[in-house]
Amino acid sequence: MQIKLALPKGRLLPWTNLLLQRSGLELSGYNEHSRSYRPQCGNFPDLFLKIFHERDIPIQVAVGNYDLGICGLDWVEELLAKYPSSALVKVRDLGYGESDLCVAVSKSARVASMEELRSEVETIRIATEYPNLAESFALRLRLRRFNVFPLWGAAGVYPPESAELALLSQTPDSPFDQELIPLTSILCSSAFLIAHQPSWESKDLSSLLHRLYAVGDIGEEIGEGLKSQGRVTRELSSSSQPQNSDLWLALPDGHQQKPALEFLRKASIRVEGQFAKSRRPTISLEGVKVKVIRPQDMPLQVANGNFDLAITGQDWLYDHLCRFPSSPVKEILDLEFGKVRVVAVVSSKLPVDSPQDLRGLLGRGSLTTLRVASEYTNIADKYARDNHLSPYRLIPTWGASEAFLPEDADLLIENVQTGRTLAQHNLKIIDTLFESSACLIGNAHVPEESSKQGRMDYVVQILRQAAKEN
Amino acid sequence: MKTQRCKGSRDLLPEDMARFRHIEGVFRSCCLEWGYKEIRTPTLEYLHLFTSTGTLTPSMLNKVYSFLDWDGWSGERVVLRPEGTIPAARLYIENLLQLRPAKLFYVENVFSFEETGKESRERWQCGAEMVGGAKPSADVELMLLALETLSKLGIRGVALHLSHAGLIRALLRELGLTPAEQNQTFDRILDGDIKAVEKMMSVNPQLRDSVPLLFGLKGRSPGFLQNLKASLVKVFPNLEASMDDFVTIAQLLGELGCEYQVDIASGKGFEYYTGIIFRLYFEGHEVGGGGRYNDLIPLLGGGNISASGFALHVDRFMSSIEGWQDTTARFWSEARLIRSKESKSALRSPACCAKLGMWLSLTRVTPGQAITDGSFRFRVRRKSLPSF
Repeated sequence: MQIKLALPKGRLLPWTNLLLQRSGLELSGYNEHSRSYRPQCGNFPDLFLKIFHERDIPIQVAVGNYDLGICGLDWVEELLAKYPSSALVKVRDLGYGESDLCVAVSKSARVASMEELRSEVETIRIATEYPNLAESFALRLRLRRFNVFPLWGAAGVYPPESAELALLSQTPDSPFDQELIPLTSILCSSAFLIAHQPSWESKDLSSLLHRLYAVGDIGEEIGEGLKSQGRVTRELSSSSQPQNSDLWLALPDGHQQKPALEFLRKASIRVEGQFAKSRRPTISLEGVKVKVIRPQDMPLQVANGNFDLAITGQDWLYDHLCRFPSSPVKEILDLEFGKVRVVAVVSSKLPVDSPQDLRGLLGRGSLTTLRVASEYTNIADKYARDNHLSPYRLIPTWGASEAFLPEDADLLIENVQTGRTLAQHNLKIIDTLFESSACLIGNAHVPEESSKQGRMDYVVQILRQAAKEN
Repeated sequence: MKTQRCKGSRDLLPEDMARFRHIEGVFRSCCLEWGYKEIRTPTLEYLHLFTSTGTLTPSMLNKVYSFLDWDGWSGERVVLRPEGTIPAARLYIENLLQLRPAKLFYVENVFSFEETGKESRERWQCGAEMVGGAKPSADVELMLLALETLSKLGIRGVALHLSHAGLIRALLRELGLTPAEQNQTFDRILDGDIKAVEKMMSVNPQLRDSVPLLFGLKGRSPGFLQNLKASLVKVFPNLEASMDDFVTIAQLLGELGCEYQVDIASGKGFEYYTGIIFRLYFEGHEVGGGGRYNDLIPLLGGGNISASGFALHVDRFMSSIEGWQDTTARFWSEARLIRSKESKSALRSPACCAKLGMWLSLTRVTPGQAITDGSFRFRVRRKSLPSF
């Protein structure tokens, strides 16, 4: 009988790999350099393995695509906070990958204690990758007025200018931003073995469980322990006080960072600082302040006025506009680097070459429901709607989207540069939605401060000139 | 794939709608006779309307349907109205602040997420609120209005249970917990976890004796309340004002011949209530309830204005109403021809009958109403069939 196990990529991968090796499973294709999402197990032929972004694993196990999964407890609780009767069983704490989920404020915050939070009458903005847990926290505390900003990452850099609170995970390898003070911890997380409840109730999983239970404490072996970091209240530094007339520019992290910095260098703009640690580099433009955040989060942050300008991708701008058609965010400049195509992808085995063919499959009943996986949730939703691919169901993903086809999704909306990776995973493109490159975005609403508008015009002019010369 | 209605929702078929309209009609006529005026609040409200007062429990707010609007990039979320009183209070503050007392009623749907879909996610309420009425007689008036509506709908044997939020709150203050613990305890009571709270209270020797008297026993007269008052107020003087209010209301109800049961534990889920709480039970199910909420309007920024109200849960008694008929069918079949330009023989022709039938089915008529389309003239009567 086949047992399906979902494995995490990223932070938990090396330890999980160690756990599986110690349990006597002869694995291949499960390491940081592996290009496949389907590791093989030589001595356990009935074990089907697939690698997912950690955040996707509780959902995949809850819906029954996998019998078992390994992921951080934080992502399990994030799902259960919103859907408490999800079909999940928390089987075992695996004792590694510890993290502390903390609510933090900036050192220069006006609200600096839980009591002050409770009595606050102004809106409390909470920046987080854990929107469901953040909402539960706010409701439990009976906050009078709050907005939760769901993020793809870098929540720690938002307070105090762009949020009052950040709910974020503190791990020994990713300590807090030095500007932050933890107010309270809401969860001590570690890697957990989780099971799909009906599988747990009816399927014999013991052959695998015996092996996993026989392994000693991996966490102890690694000698890991959550180090206390950044918990010291520091004196407020005058430089962190934002001025209303400051212009806020968001620069991307991840693979867009290098070409973005290169572009700025060509425009004779110097950006200096330790990006990975502080995410607050300095820039050689007077009155301009910079934060490094995820490009996915930028359009929303420009729309709500937290940033004035941002360098992101047209793909993320378009995804934002699909969700909020009357958003004030607009593209100011096409920067023409980081070019990708956003495409519709299916498994090579699926007998379709176009969206019309997909519609045909659905019409004939060969597919009962089209499962559409994408990081671009709003673009994917619009695409399925516009192409009448009914009935369809969206599966939001947080990375490693190619892994979903063909077992866990039928259609993928994804960006590609060359298409070679897709071919390696036996996938094919059936449609190109649009081409995307990096762009400068801004808010259509004119800032109240005239000096800020002047700065903005100046920065745009420099970047426009650089884009022309590029 | 077969297209079905959304999980946890309900279709109202023609007979259901006829029942619904009947209930709505009876409730409206009762309210209008008592001097209440009809309002309707929007289905969408801001989430912060319901969080701003700090009165709803986290577990209740966790089930609110909330989402970002098309222009929700600021993070401001809207909700499908989860209950009727807070929006009515908002409507009053925004539009009717000079009107005192404001006697308002509404028939509205409310929404809450129920994960399995086995229970309804959309429910209908008949609600009434009296804003600016501070006296116990205002609370009694609302109870009588609720009972009269149910009685006119043929629902017999409704039990009226009384509790008092002021009493529960005063008792909570005696616990000597930190503010955070008080909040948690408060939330547990709101969510109906009375037993756990009794256990917690039993640690305090003074509370240990009093709690069973309050939560364990039920009475049916002002005398019972006087006994409670005698036992409690000596130990907890801050309970006196609430006890006096409770006794006055019980006496008024007694004078009006209205039966009730004092049941402090029925005050579970009292949310924003500050004074009397009443629950209406029919065949073991709660079909309505309400109470006094003097803090709500001040918390919403409307000034120091007292209020009380109730809601009847239509879905829970819809199938139990009696003594009604599907009036939409009756009206047209009871229309009697009183004058016509056509001869009687011409009117008996199949074509003419079909035309009459079609015309009457498309026309909403009421008994006693004269109707005409130029060729025919009818008077609608209750107990006669068409004469042609």
